[in-house]
Amino acid sequence: MIGQDSLPTRSLRFLAGSALIIWLVLPLIPLAIWSFARGWFFPSLLPNQWSLRAWNYAFSDTAGVIDSLWLTIAISLAAMVLSVLVGVPAGRALGLYRFRGKELVELLILAPTIVPGIAVVLGIHSVFIAMGLTNTVTGVILVHLIPTLPYMVLVMAGIFSNYDPSYEDQARSLGASAFKTFFYVTLPAIMPGIIVGGLFAFLVSWSQYILTLLIGGGRVVTLPLLLFNFASAGRNDITGAIGMIYILPGIIILLLTARHLSGRSGAVAGFGKI
Amino acid sequence: MTQVSIRDLTKIYPGETAPALDRLSLEVASGELTALLGPSGCGKTTTMKMIAGLLNPTSGDVCFDGNSILHKKPEHRGVVMVFQNYLLFPYMSVADNIGFGLKMRKTDKAEIARQVNEMLELVKLPDLGKRRPAELSGGQQQRVSLARALIVRPNVLLLDEPLSNLDAHLRFEMRDLIRSLQREIGITMIFVTHDQEEAVVLADKVALILDGRLKQYDVPELFYRRPVDEATARFFGGQNFISGISKEGYFDSPLGKLNLPADAKSGHGALCFRSENVLLGAAANNENRLEAKITDSIYLGTHARLKLKVGDQQITAIANPDLVQDMAVGDTIAASLPASALWVLTS
Repeated sequence: MIGQDSLPTRSLRFLAGSALIIWLVLPLIPLAIWSFARGWFFPSLLPNQWSLRAWNYAFSDTAGVIDSLWLTIAISLAAMVLSVLVGVPAGRALGLYRFRGKELVELLILAPTIVPGIAVVLGIHSVFIAMGLTNTVTGVILVHLIPTLPYMVLVMAGIFSNYDPSYEDQARSLGASAFKTFFYVTLPAIMPGIIVGGLFAFLVSWSQYILTLLIGGGRVVTLPLLLFNFASAGRNDITGAIGMIYILPGIIILLLTARHLSGRSGAVAGFGKI
Repeated sequence: MTQVSIRDLTKIYPGETAPALDRLSLEVASGELTALLGPSGCGKTTTMKMIAGLLNPTSGDVCFDGNSILHKKPEHRGVVMVFQNYLLFPYMSVADNIGFGLKMRKTDKAEIARQVNEMLELVKLPDLGKRRPAELSGGQQQRVSLARALIVRPNVLLLDEPLSNLDAHLRFEMRDLIRSLQREIGITMIFVTHDQEEAVVLADKVALILDGRLKQYDVPELFYRRPVDEATARFFGGQNFISGISKEGYFDSPLGKLNLPADAKSGHGALCFRSENVLLGAAANNENRLEAKITDSIYLGTHARLKLKVGDQQITAIANPDLVQDMAVGDTIAASLPASALWVLTS
């Protein structure tokens, strides 16, 4: 199909693509340079001296970057898994069934994307204190679900609204148990949604700052918190190195999901619209 | 070999007051091919889903060989339902689709492959095992879904509108395939359809359901010759209903006094006969002979449909096109109604 596009279309696409890449990549370049700089002062275009000092420090035991990296990965993975576990059934209910109060449920699920987290986090904080969840990793994971769930549920509701549950009846009738039906029939059909929604959930959790700071009470130090500490201390070189580490998952995930995001995935094609 | 009994089966969907299916009772003999016939929305598919275990009845019972199966999960009933839109799993190959039921039963791979090939031969689709369902035509998908159901050797096979999505010549091919498979394998089959022709060509026995209730359950022929009421007769294309009184073997009506068959009921009611049984012109004999005036004639290729006026009664008749060639609207012709073709519906 690409071959049939006219020259202006192709040039336009090339321009748009280049603009997008410049927009995303350009701001990262000074960050990358800073991480290898030893002193970089106005008006020099490039650092006077190059060094691996920031990187050495970032990977040293004292900096706590590696511990923080693992903790952030663990929290984001847990938030992702919980989002999938809640988002799949919720998305099914919203995408497939009609029930009383459906609009209200939709609004409540969307609310966190409309209402800023900081506006409600103090209320959540007092609830979490009562439940003993403040200053704990569990508490941080749970509070991350507030911003991650809307994405997960919306993606799954979209997938399910285009899904024909008769396939499940057919599988049951052919001798599949309820569990096997889910595994062999439902799961392959909704997998693109789980991948896209799950990775969104991971990234949203990955970039939480305020919620982690307040509920974690400064004891749960995820990468964004660590990054902020160095940035506010004016250590541009270390901020640059940690920043590089911090953006890595986003890039990996973007590469992994591009196929599903473009809607060309094979699993979605056959379902629905029958 | 499974005998299916449906007893007072009723379904009222939540939030509704009128039952989708109202006390349906039916005995399907083992190895028989039975049609549930009725207009769309009359409760046919609801019935199928309740037999298959995909829907719980409000009341009533479904028994296989005398034992209730309602407590059994769908996968343990020995019933397979083939849906109207085939529902082939889109991300599996044709062979994987057909083998799905065996895989669920933990049959080993080599055996599944062997039986899948056998099935592909049976439904005349060899060499298509590696294709994806989306690459098949509608008729091929239909056959794959049939093969996928048959491979698990169900005791009872349920088919939802098996011929309705197919074009004319595929319908005949599919009908022959289903009939021959049914004879070969001898399983009990129940299918639903809204098309009386489909029911007649395919089924051993037909159950007509109108407004959620069973109207008549008989061999197809009797729906034409001995319908239980006017709605049933009309569903099967009956067009002639003349009111009058039946007594002592005669029917008194505006058409005159007509001879009735020996098994005709007595009392007030409607005389019904089929358009194709009216004998016209030279074919007319002396049995229940009438004088009829042609008010309309429609040429339909293989036959002609005539509207006739007898006295002030309108009747329709079907005639050989050759016969009507030298007849014109306004002509008066002879018509006769063989007593054996007459039937009385009493209310």
